[in-house]
Amino acid sequence: MATLSERILNAPAGTCIDAQADRAFCHDGTGVLTKVAWEEMGSPPIKQPFRISIIFDHIAPANTSLTAQLQHELREFARAHTMHFSDIGGGVCHQVMSEGSALPGELIIGADSHSCTLGAFGAFATGVGATEMAAIWATGGTWLMVPETIAITMSGSLPSHVEAKDIALAYCGRLGMDGATYRAIEFIGDAMPKLDMADRLTLCNMAVETGAKTGLCYADEVTGSYLANYGTHIPVQEPEPCTYEKEIHLSLDEMVPLVAVPDRVDTVSPVSEYMGTPIDQVFVGTCTNGRYKDLERFASILSDDMVMVRTIIVPASRAVLSEAVQSGVLQTLIEAGCSIGVPGCGPCLGAHMGVLGPGEIGLSTANRNFKNRMGVDARYFLSSVTTAACSALAGEITDPGEFL
Amino acid sequence: MSSITGRGPAVCIGDDVDTDLIIAGRYLRTKDRSVFQEHVFEDLDPTLAARLQGAVLIAGKNLGCGSSREQAVVALQQAGVQAVVARSAARIFFRNCINRGLPVFIVPDLFCHEGNEIRFDTEKNELSIAGKEVRSLPLSARMNEILAAGGLVSYIRRETGR
Repeated sequence: MATLSERILNAPAGTCIDAQADRAFCHDGTGVLTKVAWEEMGSPPIKQPFRISIIFDHIAPANTSLTAQLQHELREFARAHTMHFSDIGGGVCHQVMSEGSALPGELIIGADSHSCTLGAFGAFATGVGATEMAAIWATGGTWLMVPETIAITMSGSLPSHVEAKDIALAYCGRLGMDGATYRAIEFIGDAMPKLDMADRLTLCNMAVETGAKTGLCYADEVTGSYLANYGTHIPVQEPEPCTYEKEIHLSLDEMVPLVAVPDRVDTVSPVSEYMGTPIDQVFVGTCTNGRYKDLERFASILSDDMVMVRTIIVPASRAVLSEAVQSGVLQTLIEAGCSIGVPGCGPCLGAHMGVLGPGEIGLSTANRNFKNRMGVDARYFLSSVTTAACSALAGEITDPGEFL
Repeated sequence: MSSITGRGPAVCIGDDVDTDLIIAGRYLRTKDRSVFQEHVFEDLDPTLAARLQGAVLIAGKNLGCGSSREQAVVALQQAGVQAVVARSAARIFFRNCINRGLPVFIVPDLFCHEGNEIRFDTEKNELSIAGKEVRSLPLSARMNEILAAGGLVSYIRRETGR
């Protein structure tokens, strides 16, 4: 009996395998170095370019002429080699890949650490560096060690003011920043049918913050009906009894809103302990929490009120933005005083579109609050969208349990 | 298989040093590698860069967590780091070290002082720290082959006959 990782990779934990990637992708950030490495390899023929994507999201649109030049070269390259290409404004690579591309049972490799996000589909999805992506361009695959698995078993259902993001922060706090290094994390339990694909993508997204190789959810009816919207019909993956290295149980009924306190993702506290902390900026977006469900939730809490602090909303993809336009969510956000960014990573990596100044404090729905990452000498708390919305309305960190 | 050997003084950093701290996101958009060595560890300790030439970087646990940016390894190499020794390392950073041909040793009970002389030999899973022999975790056969080839670029050139 095997874990989901063992089933997908078709080998027991601890085995070193050579595997062909079903899908591989990089972005404008890692793609430049990938192309350099590929040239250094002697520009070998690209194996199966139809399995390869280049997705511009990190600095999109370009912030300087040099960035624009590097992007121009990569854009021309992707087109010349008939790879899938998503230009600026298309959205974050993980979100773009989640909109009908990533499928259960696949091996998906991305040149980005948050590639684990796509494990939400019951795929084995993991990150590599740029040179390794170049090797995948050349050979179609790479070597992998089949990981041991940690199970996060969830029971019950979330209170209305608590989100999948709070679950993610909770397990990061429990495991620590290296508690799952080289391991896979499987999300299982009777709570799963109540967690939709947006929730599952958020859960799997933060697996790497504990060092994990990937996070996975079994493909079930929730996955099936989501993919059916993209015209793909999939068989479900039935879990079978298997041996986990470790199990963590979370009772969702008892969960409270959490924040990750700067500068560590695993320094997690109830929001209530930081009530009243003044903030200079709220940022909603990224591969963690920039989906339509997140924008809709944020807008529904704002309702007709104005934000009391500068607020930047970056939809995770063009499809998310489009849905927010059609539903009226975007209008609500704009009228509440929010600034709307081009779909992509926004300020998450600290290069543009809303980095903080020295001494400023931000509240972000992203996944990392490392020292100086989103602004030199600034501090970032991480939270759910619900906590971010309540805090934006109050101008200070606010516990949704008290507010809503 | 050829081994990579060397010796150099230890330069020590702590636990959980993420790749943003090794090279910040604001310096990544360039092909000019000298930019990386100029700003390596700037947000951790701006005095570190000047001490890295010929050094062996000694780290605590979870070295290189966070972003997949390979420029973190390039920055260390550009700054003159000969090898990296850590109590543990994040997996993408670890793979990036191998793939760029930077010798990396994992020693779970690592103990070392700044300036201690480190001798290393990639063939032996063994290091000498201030004259004392310590064991490092063995690499897989594939990782050893890539490292011995000088990194993944040379390895792939050989594999694809280029």
